[in-house]
Amino acid sequence: MSLKVKNLKVYYQTLKGDVKALDGATFTIGDGEIMGLAGESGCGKSTLSNSLILLKPPMRFVGGRAELDNEELPIWDMEKMNNFRFKKISTIPQYAMNAMNPIRKIGKMVSEILKYRKVDFKSTLPELKRRLDLVELSHDVLNMYPLELSGGMKQRMVMVLSTLMNPSLLMADEITSALDVSTQKAVAKMLVEFRDREFVKKLMVITHDISILYQIADSIMIMYAGKLAEKAPTSVIINSPRHPYTKLLISSLPDIGVKYSQKKLTGIPGKPPLLLDPPTGCRFRERCPVAFKKCLNEEPPFMEIKKGHFIACWKEFEKNA
Amino acid sequence: MLELDKISKVYKTGTFGGKELLAVNKVSFDVKDGEVISLIGESGSGKSTIGKMILGLISITSGTIRFNGVDIATLKGCALKDYYRNVQGVFQDPFSSYNPIFKADRIFRIIREEFFPEIKIGEWSKKIDSSLRAVGLNPNEVLNKFPHQLSGGQLQRFLIARALLLDVQFLVADEIISMLDASTRVDVLNLLAELKSRGLSILFITHDLSLGYYISERAMILYRGGVVEMGSTEQVYYHPLHPYTKMLIASVPRLDKKWEEVEVKLKAKHSKLPTGCVYYERCLFADKDKDCAKRPPLIEAESGHFVACSHYMEVNESF
Amino acid sequence: MTKPKKRINEFLYFALKNKRLRVGLSVVLFFLILAFIGPLLTHYQWDAYVGPAYHPPSYEYWFGTTTFGQDVFTQFILGLKASFLVGIIGGGIGTLIGVLVGFTAGYHGGMIDEFLNMLTNIVIVIPTLAILLIISVYLKVRGVLIESIFIGFTAWPWAARAIRAQTFSLRSRDFVDLARISGIKPLKIMFTEIAPNMMSYLLMTFILQFGGAILIAATLDFIGLGPTNAISLGLMMNLAVLWGALPLGMWWWFIPPGVAIAAIVGALYLTNVGLDEVFNPKLRKL
Repeated sequence: MSLKVKNLKVYYQTLKGDVKALDGATFTIGDGEIMGLAGESGCGKSTLSNSLILLKPPMRFVGGRAELDNEELPIWDMEKMNNFRFKKISTIPQYAMNAMNPIRKIGKMVSEILKYRKVDFKSTLPELKRRLDLVELSHDVLNMYPLELSGGMKQRMVMVLSTLMNPSLLMADEITSALDVSTQKAVAKMLVEFRDREFVKKLMVITHDISILYQIADSIMIMYAGKLAEKAPTSVIINSPRHPYTKLLISSLPDIGVKYSQKKLTGIPGKPPLLLDPPTGCRFRERCPVAFKKCLNEEPPFMEIKKGHFIACWKEFEKNA
Repeated sequence: MLELDKISKVYKTGTFGGKELLAVNKVSFDVKDGEVISLIGESGSGKSTIGKMILGLISITSGTIRFNGVDIATLKGCALKDYYRNVQGVFQDPFSSYNPIFKADRIFRIIREEFFPEIKIGEWSKKIDSSLRAVGLNPNEVLNKFPHQLSGGQLQRFLIARALLLDVQFLVADEIISMLDASTRVDVLNLLAELKSRGLSILFITHDLSLGYYISERAMILYRGGVVEMGSTEQVYYHPLHPYTKMLIASVPRLDKKWEEVEVKLKAKHSKLPTGCVYYERCLFADKDKDCAKRPPLIEAESGHFVACSHYMEVNESF
Repeated sequence: MTKPKKRINEFLYFALKNKRLRVGLSVVLFFLILAFIGPLLTHYQWDAYVGPAYHPPSYEYWFGTTTFGQDVFTQFILGLKASFLVGIIGGGIGTLIGVLVGFTAGYHGGMIDEFLNMLTNIVIVIPTLAILLIISVYLKVRGVLIESIFIGFTAWPWAARAIRAQTFSLRSRDFVDLARISGIKPLKIMFTEIAPNMMSYLLMTFILQFGGAILIAATLDFIGLGPTNAISLGLMMNLAVLWGALPLGMWWWFIPPGVAIAAIVGALYLTNVGLDEVFNPKLRKL
């Protein structure tokens, strides 16, 4: 069973026209897989995860297909998607910690959500308590108001809530970025635990922090300017990436043990293209150190060059051929 | 150049201001000319508060901050303005640092109005040009634009350019790259390192240990308002002595190895001690004996390497 | 093309597109124009006895006549004018005081804020009706101006609170800190950094005060505490009820003023909601 996304296109409507934020995404996540989705701001990663669960204006469904466990997801229809949300697909959005109603006790909030989803609160309570233990939250938390909890505690609460119905797909959008490094580790490890215990079957972890993905993800997908650049198992992406963008990205990450005086890191000069009127051909060509003529005119397709290793780069296709 | 002597900040909280929150607790350190020192701590550690006190944005409850020997709390009016010629700051959120309804280069105009009213426009434009080039920006691309038309990296560099216009000697960089993309972070970091080689001192406030390691000579670890460890970057990163530092280093996600199997306990291990060591609750080495019941002072464990823990020798052995 | 022009154009575009704004403004403008050109349409005095009493609307008397034979349409037109006057003067005074108090309290905080807060709370709590009754005893002859001033001086606390909250939230923003470390004096920061950011908020506050003033005036007039030497919509309704329009079925006397007040105030609030959508990009629909 898996999540199969084929050529998904979602644009943003603005006064000046459509911003092509997600322009043709094709990938698969299998059961038990934790896929990391990384890329800089504006690359389309949040658009991708939002479109799979709540595609609302100003987002507009343009084309493509998404299939979860052999069932097509009617993502263009907000009403029909209601049957999937929370039970089959769940999400932990960015700033989820601030998403809790400040004047509701947490237990009450949980029971309201479950009631809306037609799930009986009382029968779910024992499982809820077990999960709270798993994330090291005391049961008293159900009787508290959100402002009484720390950032990390709120994040863990939202994690428990989002996975309560054992969804098949869980999307976690930048859930560690606002946390301290020690809580980050605990939260990231919890995600893995949820997968190990089969509370969730497939996980999409969206973050710009690739080092976290190295620690917990099985595979990493890199996005750039609304398109997919590279997808491969984690060790391949980190140690032997092939897409020029991925290579530059990995080499720009400061790591403990690297000092300016010893080895100066380099960033990637330039800026990502504006997606209102994206350039023809490969969207990375202006910043790419190895771009050549074909990159200017034709857009490279996202293809598998080795088992499990997908890439969209003409140069790399040449090398393979 | 800059000297902090037992700086504390107390906030009154609760109804009628009955309770007190000790945000910064008797912190002392100094920064020399041309030195980059990292102030590392998690949220709630007080690091931003210290930065703001140095910049005069928050009042100091007790202790003194001396800049080139002068107590900054005594500065008012013209003297305070002179202070700002030498000491400047750059904040975390590039977009929030600009008034959204005005163009971004208005910040340069403000500097000219306040500090250099006698300079002519032509000469001033040249100054702006050279300042922008020094931070790696192309004047034609970034001038005359609104903040939302520029990227986060450009905005942060703009702010550094503004500081350079003032011949600044000391820069407080408060989490300046945490909101930037991975590819632009490095550029701003490299810029800071370059400026250091020209004599600028920087207080680099961050929660990200790898960034701190990259550009600073010395590092200070802050926990709940107090300094728990201080020393050269190599000492602190490779031979951490305080249990908190060790836990931090072990939690940093790295690209060359997986997280060690060091347990990060989230629930407090012990109950709070009202006047003892601030790390007591989460500490794996604490015991209720007298040492932890009093706030441990900073001891010099080896040359230049200070730690505030009475059990540091045990801690060192066990890891 | 430089951005400023485009920004204003952007606002205008959304403003004209916004249904609520269009409807609200149209209604208010309609009544406003009526109040201005109305006196040209009638040649009667509002209190002169011009025709047969109890007369329903007819070709000569468009809104009929009162129990005394006064022309209701004339009264209506002049009453509209009075209501708008109260709205502008009363609303204007209320906004002005509210902005000064709220701004100062919000920016300085501390003791000044505590003191101004106390002042605001006291004014809210004062029983305005009782005070007005006392004033009415001493001032036998009152005009629209006095009424407006009174309303302005008692309705400002709500504006002050809103402005104070907004100032507080703006003051802790990073760009204010940047201004401080640029050596700018606090007063200058208030006017050059914070105030310009609040322009839209100030406009909306004024509109609310405007509508509120009209409503309060109507209420006061209705219970007889309004101007003594002029007609207003509220006074019309007061007189209508007093002189038995209800049992006599003289709907043309009290329904037009009532509908007018409800329509104007309702339209003002609708305009405000529309303006909120225009100023706040997140609320805009494409």
